[in-house]
Amino acid sequence: MTVAMQPRERAAEGPASAGPAGVTGTAPTGPTPQRVRMPRHLLSASDLDRATAEHVLSTAQRIEQAISGREVRKLPTLRGRTVVNLFFEDSTRTRISFEVAAKRLSADVINFSAKGSSVSKGESLKDTAWTLQAMGADAVVCRHSSSGAPQQLSAWVDGHVINAGDGTHEHPTQALLDAYTLRRHLGGLDGRRVVVVGDVLHSRVARSNVLLLSTLGAEVTLVAPPTLLPVGVTNWPALVSYDLDSALVGADAVMMLRVQRERMSGAFFPTEREYSRSYGLDGRRRDLIAEHGIVLHPGPMNRGMEITPQVADGPGSVIVEQVANGVTVRMAVLYLLLSGETDAAMGAGL
Amino acid sequence: MSTELRPVLIRGAAPYGEDPLDLLLADGVIADMGPSTVTDARAVDAEIVDGTGLVVLPGLVDLHTHLREPGREDAETVETGSRAAALGGYTAVFAMPNTDPTADTAGVVEQVYRLGREVGLVDVHPIGAVTVGRKGERLAELAAMANSAARVRIFSDDGDCVSDPLLMRRALEYVKAFDGLIAQHAQEPRLTEGAQMHEGIVSARLGMTGWPAVAEEAIIARDCLLTDHVGSRLHVCHLSTAGSVDVVAAAKKRGTTVTAEVTPHHLLLTDERAVGYDPVFKVNPPLRTASDIGALRRALADGVIDIVATDHAPHASQDKETEWDNASPGMLGLQTALSVVIETMVRSGLLDWRGVARVMSETPARIGGLRDQGRPLTVGEPATVVLIDPQAVWTVDADALASLSCNTPYAGMQLPGRVVATYLRGRATVSAAVLVGG
Repeated sequence: MTVAMQPRERAAEGPASAGPAGVTGTAPTGPTPQRVRMPRHLLSASDLDRATAEHVLSTAQRIEQAISGREVRKLPTLRGRTVVNLFFEDSTRTRISFEVAAKRLSADVINFSAKGSSVSKGESLKDTAWTLQAMGADAVVCRHSSSGAPQQLSAWVDGHVINAGDGTHEHPTQALLDAYTLRRHLGGLDGRRVVVVGDVLHSRVARSNVLLLSTLGAEVTLVAPPTLLPVGVTNWPALVSYDLDSALVGADAVMMLRVQRERMSGAFFPTEREYSRSYGLDGRRRDLIAEHGIVLHPGPMNRGMEITPQVADGPGSVIVEQVANGVTVRMAVLYLLLSGETDAAMGAGL
Repeated sequence: MSTELRPVLIRGAAPYGEDPLDLLLADGVIADMGPSTVTDARAVDAEIVDGTGLVVLPGLVDLHTHLREPGREDAETVETGSRAAALGGYTAVFAMPNTDPTADTAGVVEQVYRLGREVGLVDVHPIGAVTVGRKGERLAELAAMANSAARVRIFSDDGDCVSDPLLMRRALEYVKAFDGLIAQHAQEPRLTEGAQMHEGIVSARLGMTGWPAVAEEAIIARDCLLTDHVGSRLHVCHLSTAGSVDVVAAAKKRGTTVTAEVTPHHLLLTDERAVGYDPVFKVNPPLRTASDIGALRRALADGVIDIVATDHAPHASQDKETEWDNASPGMLGLQTALSVVIETMVRSGLLDWRGVARVMSETPARIGGLRDQGRPLTVGEPATVVLIDPQAVWTVDADALASLSCNTPYAGMQLPGRVVATYLRGRATVSAAVLVGG
């Protein structure tokens, strides 16, 4: 299947609107998605209903197919559009992933690293927003250490805001790439059992995954010591267990969360060793999941802490593939947000 | 001074919302009152105020106000805060000491006291800090503040908890010498490290560090026991949880000399307001749940909670229009408090107007040791009263409030009840809902 991704008509664009060079033909195949409602911003995984989430994943799949095997892995789709990577917090992986995604869509990418203690409080957030606004950013990819900062930003800029991880709140594109990876290996997600293990309390990855995977029909089980589960977790669309072994039996996938060593000081668990014994994924536990089951980790890993090197690099581990899928999924998100698609437009191409 | 005042004859207004009467305010006192036009000679020259449909209450007293002066005159001053207070129906406010410099010496409390007198719109009574710089390390010179011109009787490290149990014990003991009391900001610091909002279902969803109810309840329980032990007086600031209500109820039942306040915002707003991450809803203690609100309202009605106090906390826009984590906690309250109490307590039938007078005027004046505020509406008492239109409905406009800051959580909301006039010892500070003088 080939793909045609037409940029939204823009008067000033010129050559870009001539069509996606190098991608030939259109393929209006596949079912027209139902009730697809791409939000204006992607701030939370809950911004995506099931039809929309599936549409994002299908779009990613088509993008992957469109560029696979090509020498020049670049589409002209977002030529002339400006994507700003606004990172108030260090995250080389996520920033690079978004940067590659935007560049493969031919967007102009500006990396705006606003990290630094000299930035006094968050007045800078509003000032930064106005700066971006003045520069005409079409999309702002925002990583911030404060929960909710991308949502606040979205009120101050006209461009589309993508939450690239905010505090201990959400990281919706991580959940999308995880869902994409799961779908590739497991087919659909309906009824699939996914076990998410680790520091749920502080994990934006866990929050976004619980929301997205449950939206997509999976059954999510959270496993953590009680100290690393939020008090309000009972209201989440997920099961909760303190016992990793029993949760893993027959699971379709297990997702290990990074445990930050600084949690030690908060008395969340007594020692790394005890954490590792109770909640680490080793070979014995790995063998408890279903034969077709896969192992995920959003990275960066603490090898020997939450996951043994043998499991991280062993059979069923899709950790490296997650990184590649991250680029593809982020291309889909950028494309869908910036091309301003509607239900009608979607039926035509992607 | 008061002799130069023109007398005021309020016709047909209803003291405590009961039978309409005429009230003559002259020489700073309620000179006469009765069911028909008073015959007092001073009524002849009096300014006539049509009180038809209006409720008369003793002037409101706020035991918990932040006036920000000295130090943050960009957020509020004694003058602008006094205006907000008068427009809100207040005739006395107690100013919290978390200023810069901290009100922990006789010099600073006298400065605030003097500024209040110069403005003259409300009686401003400084609260002194319990510890030097509110650092929780050693006692400030409490007796010096008590013996100063400001005659400080309430001491608080509000904004921070006097968490050291030994220091709290000493403070409670020490203020007995001059009939003082400690107003505690009940917040166990270790249980609330990095806390951003009420710990519960909403904080779990929003990914914000939780402020658990137990961090308030544990301190209140401890302090009630300490108060029993040393035989002192404790006042609990901004009580916010159902569990705290139970703790205070149990303490009062066994005879602890404890009083407690609730803020208007904790009577009306829930933690769901944090959805959207608008820091105007960030406050400490945080907004709680609907069931907490229910418990607080009942406790205020049945007297477990003694008073409503605003915790009026102005913040400059740069301290609010920021990431939630970095935003300063607190919200405006002086001009909306009465309306919120009408909305939550009067309209629901939990309090009548005598009840409102009790929780917003009489009891706070008694706790604060004020002899000429919160007095009964009878002849010879100070003409320190407020006229309220209970039928009025108004829409809160943040920019139209008298405070220098705009951080009201009620912006755009319709609220019942409006202050028509405020009199401080017979002189109007607000007339026809507009500020007079000051």
